[in-house]
Amino acid sequence: MLLIPCPWCGPRDETEYRYGGQAHIAYPEDPAAVTDEEWARYLFFRDNPNGPFAERWCHSAGCRRWFNLLRDTVTNEILAAYRIGEPRP
Amino acid sequence: MAAPQQPEHLWRTPEPKRAYDVVIVGGGGHGLATAYYLAKNHGITDVAVLERGWLAGGNMARNTTIIRSNYLWDESAGIYEHALKLWEGLEDDLGYPIQFSQRGVLNLAHSLQDVRDSVRRVNANLLNGIDAEWLEPEQVKEICPILDISPDVRYPVLGATFQSRAGIAKHDYVAWGFARAADALGVDLIQDCEVTGIDVHDGRVTGVQTSRGPIAANRVGLSAAGHSSVLAAMVGLDLPIQSHPLQALVSELLEPVHPTVVMSAAVHVYISQAHKGELVMGAGIDSYNGYGQRGAFHIIERQMAAALELFPVFARAHVLRTWGGIVDVSPDASPIVGLTPIEGLYLNCGWGTGGFKATPGVGWCFAQTVAYGAPHPLNAPFTLERFTTGALVDEHGAAAVAH
Repeated sequence: MLLIPCPWCGPRDETEYRYGGQAHIAYPEDPAAVTDEEWARYLFFRDNPNGPFAERWCHSAGCRRWFNLLRDTVTNEILAAYRIGEPRP
Repeated sequence: MAAPQQPEHLWRTPEPKRAYDVVIVGGGGHGLATAYYLAKNHGITDVAVLERGWLAGGNMARNTTIIRSNYLWDESAGIYEHALKLWEGLEDDLGYPIQFSQRGVLNLAHSLQDVRDSVRRVNANLLNGIDAEWLEPEQVKEICPILDISPDVRYPVLGATFQSRAGIAKHDYVAWGFARAADALGVDLIQDCEVTGIDVHDGRVTGVQTSRGPIAANRVGLSAAGHSSVLAAMVGLDLPIQSHPLQALVSELLEPVHPTVVMSAAVHVYISQAHKGELVMGAGIDSYNGYGQRGAFHIIERQMAAALELFPVFARAHVLRTWGGIVDVSPDASPIVGLTPIEGLYLNCGWGTGGFKATPGVGWCFAQTVAYGAPHPLNAPFTLERFTTGALVDEHGAAAVAH
């Protein structure tokens, strides 16, 4: 089980969190203007690296706040935890 | 049932040639089946299967071996039922014992919505010529007497769908059978050969770079399950795939107690008993993306809690072993099989948690796709383009575990 450092609460067990997939995906500024291809990319395509990955987690059984985690998807090593709005370290 | 006598060598261990007509990347069940049908159905024998580890050592060695075709939509029914029909003759075709046992599968319903969805799926299956029945709880109990159908549990069994032609097979033997048969037809099976790059010139694939040197190829088929995104990224191709850990476990050997396969999407576990006697269990994926071939123990705990809810008789069974694989999950719980924007490069991925059952079917269809450069009719709906056109094949219900 992962020990995830919530930026507000500190390290807690993975079972307290919900996963939110890739971080830093912006909603299209003008959804009506995008092409089908761009819309498909926004809806369905996410990075899937074997290595460092910036992802969202929600501390759903704790402070209930979203934050971002930089984690290695091969080793599960957690490289950084940072708040929403902060740039990827 | 005694294990079959194995000959000393099941296949050759050739040095890779510098060029092949077709290179299949990934020596799992799908890759081996594809190579076999390329040779057998299409006479294409200048084929190499490249495997970075050992043959069938990835998800083929780690899955829970359930075979069924009771999916909801016509597109899925087509390819999974084609696979099931091939399973029914596979032992004779390969000349190799695979311990295919058509003991049936029960998909349990635990809520009124489950019941409605299940009855709808039974009707859809029947319209597609797939055997399916809706069973009331007492009938479920007749098929699987150790299942608890009492109404005073948290999630009572309200009934189940039953596909009697479904079952299990011995996954290793399936892989070895395909490997031996492909090898006998002239296919080179190259192990310990990791693909590190894919060569493309003028929009056309020309070969692959590997840990054992460059290998030229006219056509390349990617069949690497959890690592498909990594391979596709080598040619700048993004896939709508997320790789997740999926865990499974076995108990110690027990007397035969469990006569069929039981799946429950609601309490979230699936259980069969292997020929040797282990209870084989699986459940949902770990939530996060992962390439580590391991997951968290709380997932195992939950699936055992679900198993005990259904089978109180298992309370004293011990877990012998747990493990994890990497599954390639697609947005609509359906696979991606077909062409890519690069000429001569073909894609087979996105099978998520359910690729084993499709092994002969997808091998058959993917081989034809590679042979003719055009999709087989049964995998034609499963394009990469469907995520742009919107023609999704949403099988989250029949996939039976939450993706």
